[in-house]
Amino acid sequence: MIELREVSRIFHVGGQEVRAMDRISLAIQPGEYLSIMGPSGSGKSTLLNTLGLLDTPDSGAYLLQGQDVTSLNDAQLAAVRSRTIGFIFQFFHLIPRLTAQQNIELPLLLAGVSRRERTLRSTPLIEAFGLSDRSNHRPDELSGGQRQRVAIARAVINKPAVLLADEPTGNLDRHSGADIIELLEGLNQGGLTLVVVTHDPEVGERARRQIRVVDGRIAADVRRA
Amino acid sequence: MRPLDAIGYGLASLGSNRIRTLLMLLAMSIGVAAVVLLTGIGNGARLYIVDQFSSLGTNLVIVIPGRAETASNTPATLVGETPRDLTLADARALARGDAVQRLTPINIGEMNIAWRGKERQVPLVGSTAPILEIHHLQMDRGAFLPEEDMEIARPVCVIGAKVHRELFGQQNALGELVRLGGFRCRVIGVLGSEGRSLGLDTEELVIVPVAFAQMLLNTEGLFRILIEAKDLGVIDRLKTHIKTTIAKRHYGEEDVTIITQDSVLATFDKILKVLTLTVAGIAGISLVVAGILIMNVMLMAVAQRTAEIGLSKALGAGQLQIMAMLVTEALLLSSIGGLIGLGLGFAGSWLAVQFYPALNATPPPWAIAAALGTALGTGFIFSLLPARRAARLDPIRALAGH
Ligand SMILES: Nc1ncnc2c1ncn2[C@@H]1O[C@H](COP(=O)(O)OP(=O)(O)O)[C@@H](O)[C@H]1O
Ligand SMILES: [Mg+2]
Repeated sequence: MIELREVSRIFHVGGQEVRAMDRISLAIQPGEYLSIMGPSGSGKSTLLNTLGLLDTPDSGAYLLQGQDVTSLNDAQLAAVRSRTIGFIFQFFHLIPRLTAQQNIELPLLLAGVSRRERTLRSTPLIEAFGLSDRSNHRPDELSGGQRQRVAIARAVINKPAVLLADEPTGNLDRHSGADIIELLEGLNQGGLTLVVVTHDPEVGERARRQIRVVDGRIAADVRRA
Repeated sequence: MRPLDAIGYGLASLGSNRIRTLLMLLAMSIGVAAVVLLTGIGNGARLYIVDQFSSLGTNLVIVIPGRAETASNTPATLVGETPRDLTLADARALARGDAVQRLTPINIGEMNIAWRGKERQVPLVGSTAPILEIHHLQMDRGAFLPEEDMEIARPVCVIGAKVHRELFGQQNALGELVRLGGFRCRVIGVLGSEGRSLGLDTEELVIVPVAFAQMLLNTEGLFRILIEAKDLGVIDRLKTHIKTTIAKRHYGEEDVTIITQDSVLATFDKILKVLTLTVAGIAGISLVVAGILIMNVMLMAVAQRTAEIGLSKALGAGQLQIMAMLVTEALLLSSIGGLIGLGLGFAGSWLAVQFYPALNATPPPWAIAAALGTALGTGFIFSLLPARRAARLDPIRALAGH
């Protein structure tokens, strides 16, 4: 479903070349649960952003559901992001003035889905994520774990094919972190492809497939039995 | 995003920064209110003057001695030079045209009027009976100048209400002899106390037969001749009649200036329209200032909401959509500000009417449209730059910077 071929991304920082991705080739099948680990600055986020079409490679090919996405224009990329990709961030990135429910419905709002349909789709998610009594609260009235639940609900409301999480537990205590990982794993068991970037081995080692990135290259690609 | 959702989203984000939003609304509404109010007053002034002129009757043609330098009949001709006098004989000849309804010659001067030791200086008008109709003068009591040959210098006068009050107080004036310059003359009537005419306050006037005025002022020349055409359709014929008659009498020279009310009116109308537009333009500048303010504030908003914009991109918003969201916000601001401004402008012109009832300060429809249009236009144009900046934000950096 996802295929990177010899993809490179080079940043120029103060006259120096930084190879955030150095000829990375990677194929991900539908429904896979994959973790990306590696030291800080090794290129994990760049890889994830590339998979999520937020960053464009300098060279190489990227096939998403059989389509070459390296040549798409801005509007086409936005449409693909809207339909097939869900993002989760370390810092949640909820909009402070919107309620939990409005935050969850934001992708639908942007995609031009009617208010009725939005409610119809957000209500079961809010219930399933245990946010029913929090749906009209604003982010600053929610705990860290609840915020990340809202963010996950937002990421999956448009029924994406891939869920990309960059350090989803990085800003949570152990307990909430474990909670969130369980939630993500549940979604993966429902058929959603899951890619988690983390530097926490306890989190990363739960994945069935574990990738280790060092200096912009894939140093290891291990599957658990 | 659906239009209604876009509006709701825009309103919510405006509402989340109240002080900033209120400041922009204030700037926008003051700009619009200024345009509406100033054009209203300008337009009111124009209507007032047009009204004053049409009360004189648009059939009126004024003949002034001396040829205007400029080709067209403008008020500038009023100060033209006088090469050859217009005389009573000229007036008499002009009166014989078949397009002429009424005609009256006019002389103007300053004179002392005295009665039983009381004395004051007054503007003196020499004319004939038809001026009563032509200038819509009202009589308070007594009779106006008699209908008779304009060459008869009958020593009678009609006095204004204020002159009457100051000389006679409560006493009867009719039939009394007053001293005008070096002559005695009998008061035959008192004018009503309203209106201005010939640019003079009718309350302070003394009107005498034109031939008598020529004696008093020691002049042969007339100040002007007023001719009323039978109807609007014959004004051109009347003008030809005036030109040929004068040319015949003045050795082939058409040395008079003919002013029609229409042309004067048109000139004033034009001047005041330009004035109104100028004032509207000056007020419009305040709208542009409001626009620049909006731009600055939008730039600040973009900087503040970098993460939100980056997030929207990650959630599937394209550049165009991001731009549309920010432009919608600016348009909401300017239309709400514009509507408040309209309200303020109308309230202001209502107040103006309370203080000056004669001034119909209702803003013309075009000014309302122009003010709202400019508000929306500036909102749109000045939000494009911030919106474009937002649209081009790199989502990764936008999300990382906090
Ligand atoms: N926008 C950028 N401009 C310049 N350098 C960048 C940019 N993004 C990432 N880098 C560099 O690329 C390398 C990989 O970064 P990143 O993918 O964020 O690593 P990780 O997520 O593994 O910590 C780092 O050296 C980082 O400094
Ligand atoms: Mg990272």
